[in-house]
This record gives sequence, structure tokens and C-alpha cells, in this order.
Amino acid sequence: MNASDLEKLALHEAGRERRYCLRISICMGSPCMAAGAAAVKTAIEELIDRHGAAADIRVVGTGCVGPCSRGPILLVVTRDGTEYRYERVTPPAAAALVDRFLNGDVAPTERLLPADLPFFTGQTRLVLANCGYTDPERIEDYIARGGYQSLSRAIHHLSPEAVCEEVTRSGLRGRGGAGYPTGVKWELVRKASGSRKYVVANGDEGDPGAYMDRTIMEADPHRVLEGMALAGFAVGAEQGYIYVRGEYPLAAARLRQAIQTAERLQLLGGRILESRVNFRIDLRMGAGAFVCGEETALLASVMGRRGHPVTRPPYPAQRGLRGCPTLINNVETFATIPTIIRYGWEEFASVGGPGNSGTKVFAICGDLVNAGLVEVPLGTTLRQIVEEIGGGVTGGAFKAAQTGGPSGGCIPAGHLDTPMDYEQLKALGSIMGSGGLIVMNDQRCMVDVARFFIGFCQDESCGKCVPCRAGTVQMGLLLDRICSGLASACDLEQLEELCHLLQETSLCGLGSAAPNPVLSTLRHFRDEYEAHVMDHCCPAAVCNMAATEAACQP
Amino acid sequence: MPALTLTIDGRLVSSRAGETLLQVIRGNGIDLPTLCYLEGLSPRGGCRLCMVEVAGREKPQAACVTPAEEGMVVTTGSERLQRYRRQIVELLLAERNHTCSVCVVNGQCELQSLAARFGIDHVRYAYLSPRLPLDASHQRFGMDPGRCVLCARCVRTCDEVEGAHTLDLRGRGVRSCISIDLNEPWGRSETCTTCGKCVQSCPTGALFEKWTARGEKVRAPELIPRILAWRETHER
Repeated sequence: MNASDLEKLALHEAGRERRYCLRISICMGSPCMAAGAAAVKTAIEELIDRHGAAADIRVVGTGCVGPCSRGPILLVVTRDGTEYRYERVTPPAAAALVDRFLNGDVAPTERLLPADLPFFTGQTRLVLANCGYTDPERIEDYIARGGYQSLSRAIHHLSPEAVCEEVTRSGLRGRGGAGYPTGVKWELVRKASGSRKYVVANGDEGDPGAYMDRTIMEADPHRVLEGMALAGFAVGAEQGYIYVRGEYPLAAARLRQAIQTAERLQLLGGRILESRVNFRIDLRMGAGAFVCGEETALLASVMGRRGHPVTRPPYPAQRGLRGCPTLINNVETFATIPTIIRYGWEEFASVGGPGNSGTKVFAICGDLVNAGLVEVPLGTTLRQIVEEIGGGVTGGAFKAAQTGGPSGGCIPAGHLDTPMDYEQLKALGSIMGSGGLIVMNDQRCMVDVARFFIGFCQDESCGKCVPCRAGTVQMGLLLDRICSGLASACDLEQLEELCHLLQETSLCGLGSAAPNPVLSTLRHFRDEYEAHVMDHCCPAAVCNMAATEAACQP
Repeated sequence: MPALTLTIDGRLVSSRAGETLLQVIRGNGIDLPTLCYLEGLSPRGGCRLCMVEVAGREKPQAACVTPAEEGMVVTTGSERLQRYRRQIVELLLAERNHTCSVCVVNGQCELQSLAARFGIDHVRYAYLSPRLPLDASHQRFGMDPGRCVLCARCVRTCDEVEGAHTLDLRGRGVRSCISIDLNEPWGRSETCTTCGKCVQSCPTGALFEKWTARGEKVRAPELIPRILAWRETHER
């Protein structure tokens, strides 16, 4: 296939799409699948077969539509382009719904999500643009919506330097958490000496409550592959690896299928689009270690070694996979690249704020009306995300939101108007992280929350360096004591001392960020810790203080 | 080889390019504490005892894995570093079952010496006291994971010096353990050459020769660099 074949295919597919009088999308992301989306799809297909309307109606299993807590989600698009989204659809309800559409009745209003729901209107979808519309297992769907056009344009009309330049000027920053400027990293790898270079996509997302990368890989695998191929072209690499977390079998299956079809169409592999550019992508599965999300541990794991981090420098850009310069970016970062190359850096930089351009996908969950996956411009305030898009807090008033998972911190109610960007979050003692956002109401005990995250880090510590391996265990024990009301002021002091030790002396980011949940809850909710220690009571009545009472018995 | 000039604890010192900070610091007579480092083996940077402060860098750096650079200003013994080192040794003492009074290496143990050096007469942290079975299946050697500090010196010795790679790590975090082959009893290992170099490299009494009683283990970790140096001269 060459560039003009690609355009022809895109036009042909778009034409075919227009002929359908009804498009029915069923969200086939993991959350909706768990809620029974597959049965819904079968029910609809059977009904359409009975009506003999299969030629006029397209039923498509798509990636995540967004409001996961309301799944399974059904999206009906009529010929005039009007969209109807239905929530909590069951197989009989879906059949009844579609039947009404087939009979040409007015759109049913039962289970209908209002079109002006802030959950949808408040979002800017660049990375998730195809979610809800394309079938992740059909490459033609992606091509029909402009897929692989950026790669074609870059290969035939741009130089590698120009692609790097475009990414640099867009102001895109790494979406994995640290926010390192992506263009700078690409430029480093491009200029690094070495005949062989690699591109690696980090899809080992492991933060509790976060599933942005999984959704992107499940819903739009070709977008990630195109981003990686663009990176390979820009830095001069001919081999890419995509490292997928072991717990994501659906994402891995879709990526594997996507790689095969893309190679068959000559969009990946040797002589891409009949040019001289080669780029192969192989899939690597993790084996369930959180630490493999750390880049040096990830590279060790790709090479088949034990997933242990090593000290940086040298950075992977200098010496990474098999000693060669390696570009490693998060899946979401790669998924943003095709958009930048397609629309240009100005367009991309116009979204978000200065130094924080573009959008960020957040997985919002916890005590929220609308939990799910949202994409908003960077700099959107936490209040907008929680109150408008999330629909407000359930079960009580807003208390805090945890960003960045176990490496991040909490943002209390007083800072609800903080714009969500890299610097502001850092100033509050939290981090952007990969995009997990857990909202907590006032029934939650912050000490208990800190204890949960320390427990997570303790389980996931790789065991290489002493502070993280033994320190997290001791911190966990101290927090256990605090939560059972048996701790003294001395224990609190010791806890803080351990926090500083871990922050300063741990080998990798996992260890040095592990105390963040404790430090940030101590910073914003110190009174709660003191109530546990001094008054032996839990203000939120979450922690069990029975041990204290037993200790006080004569 | 180009020479570099560094400032270590206020003293101007010179070093060769390619040396690590630890080599420079030790070469200048400063006794920086280490545990997982053993001359001749690849540095691991795991024990975090050799942390030093480098001007201009936010966090302390592990000297064994930090290359010396021109003009570095290094502090090796600030109050903060001493506090961290003490905390790390305390964490290690609390992690496993270190009962010096009945240990084969009592009096020669590196962990014990570090504790003495930092004046640790009590441990502030809770003892984890894990129940870890002893492996006495090998004809000559024994392994007591309860005394292990997970420095992986034995793993690296077995891999890099002996070339057998019988030893490796298994598990994760605090549940990590030294594993023989694919977690076999040592006596049944088909790859172990019974060379005993792992026993010599072990800083504590986790690996020991059988039939040694309290305080009878003879340690000679300097054997490892000596073997490597010998090989180098004979290969030329």
C-alpha cells in the first residue's frame, strides 16, 4: 500500500459509513464488558437479523465511551448525525430500544443520558476522539477517521528533524507522570550516537483506580502504534516494543491484532507505505510487577531480566535497551502524537495553558456520581472535574482527591480551584501522575487512606534498595499502630523521619515517591493524625479503636 | 587517561576518568561505609550506605554507581547522611533475625561492624522476625535466609566470577529471598560447582560452611578481587 492507496481506502470507508441509516455503538471497554456489554451486542444483532436490516445498520463494538459507572453504554447515531447515549442497558432493554429506532419512532427517552450532560460537554477529546465510534479490531475504521495520515505525511513530506521540532514546539509533556518535555527527549535520542535505537511504549499502568492507558490500548490501538511509528521515524529507530501490563489481556489481544493488520497493510514493518522507512513493533507482556512501570525496570523486563530499576544516569536516551539509545514514553504520550502531526503544533498548543499544552485523560473514580474516563485540557480546575464533569460527590461533602495514585498526594477541599497542571499539583505536594483521580467524601479517614497506599507500595517494592524494601514495611506498621489508636507522639515522629529517608535515599522513583501519600495527608490533615494519636479516636469513625479500649481496661 | 579534579570533604583530589565516586573517595583514605559493594563485582547501589552529597544535586547519590565528574564537590559525612546510614542499618537489623550471640560470623560480620561503627545499641523499629527455613541440604555449605541482608553479593559472585549463576533472587520487596536454581534445595542443585566463593563474599552469616560454630566462620571477601586480578594477569 502507498500513500494514495491509503487515501483511497479512507474515502471508500468514509463513504460506506455514510450509507448506514443507523449506527449503534456498544462500549466494549473492560468496565462495560464486565457489566454485560457482550450480551447486549448479541441481543441487538439478533434483533437486526430478525428485521433483515443488517445492510442499513452498523452495529459496532467500540472502545470506552466514558461514564464507566453507568455501563453498559449504548450510543446510537442516526443518519442526520444526532447522538443518543443510553446508560445501564440490559439485553432486553437494548432490543426494545433498537426496535423503536427501526420503526422510525421518536428516540426513546428511557435510560437516555441528556445530550447536554456536563460529563460530555465539559470534555475535549483529542486522544479519545475515536472512542465510541470505531471498532478497535478494524483498521479500516481508524483509517476512515484519518488514521495513519500523519505517518504518511511525516514519511513523505517531513524530515525526522521536522517531526521532532513539531513535537517540541507543541509543548507536549510526558503523560506518564513526571511531565518531562517529550520533544526534548526525542531530540536527545535522535542525536544520540549509535546505529541501532529503540522505541518503547510504557503500558504498564498500575496505579490503583487508574485505567487511562488500558482504555487507550483497548479502544484505539492503532493510534498508539501510529504514534510509535512516528517516533521511530523521528529518532531513527527501526524496532519498537510495547510493554503491556500482564493484567490487561484484552488490551494485549487488540494490540496484537492491530500490529498484524497494520503489517499486512504495510503501515508497519518493512518499507512502510512503499518508502524506505522500516519500523517493527513487538508486544511484551508484564508479569504483574508495579515497579516495571519505572523505565529502567521496564527495560530490564523487556530484555527478559528481573524487573529491577538501576540508577540513572545513564538515562535510557543515552543507554537503554541492550545498551542502545532508547526512547521510552507512556502510551498516552504516543497516542497524542498523531494528533499533533496531523493538525500542527499551533492547534495542539492552543489547548490547555502555557507550559501545559494539550489535554490529559483522567480516570475519575471514588465517591462520585459519574465515575469514568474523561479527557480535559490541562489547567482545568479540580472543581470543574469533580462538580461538573463528575456530577458531584456522593455520600457526603467533598473532602479530598488523590492524584497520581500511590506516588501522589491528596488535594483538600480548600484547593478545589487549583488548575490541574504539572506545576500547581507539585506545589500542593501531589503529582499529576498518570492520571488517576480518586475523589473522597467526608466519611473517609485520611490516615486510613495513607495506610492503604503505603500497603500498596510495600507489596510492590522490588526489594533492591533497603529504604524502600524495609522502610515501607516499618511505615506500614507505624500506620497500623496509629489506626488502631495505640501510637504515641514518638511514633508519629518516627513515621516522618522514615518519610524523609525514603524520599532522599531510595534508588528509584517508586521508593522516593512512596511517602508522598503520608506526607501530603500529614500536611493537609495533620489534625486527623493527632486525633488518632492524642485522643485515640478516628474523626471519620473508620478506624477500629477496639485495641485501645482493651488496653485501657484495668 | 585524562585526570579529573574533585573536592571531597573540602580537600582537592584528583582521579582518573571512568572511576566511580566510591573509588575516588576510598582511594583518598576516606572509609565510606558500604554493604552491597564488593570490589571486582558490578556495583548494585542497593544498600544506600555509600550515599554522599554532591553540590548541585537535589538528593544524595550512591557513590558506588555515580561516575566521578570534573569539579564535583562531594560531602561524605554530613549529619544528615550519618542519620540516614544509621536508619538504614537499623532497618536491616529489624528486617530479619540477626542474633549475633549465636551467629557463625559473630565478630567478623560486616553488618555487626556497621552497627558498632554507628553506635547502634538498640533498634527503634519493630522486629519483623520472619520465619525463614534454613537450607542445610548441601554437603559443604548452609544458607540461613534469616541472616541475609539481600545485598546480592553472592548472586553477582556466582554469575560474574564463577559463571554458574546458580544463585538469584526470588520474590519481591520484603519477601525477596536468595534462591538456588529454580528454588531448589541447595543439595539438589545441578548447576552449583561447590566453589564456595558465594560463602566468601557474603557479608553476614547467611551463607556459611557447615561444621562451623558460633564465631567460627572465616571470611575472606578480598578473595574475589584477588581471583579477578589473577585472571587478568594470566590472560594477558
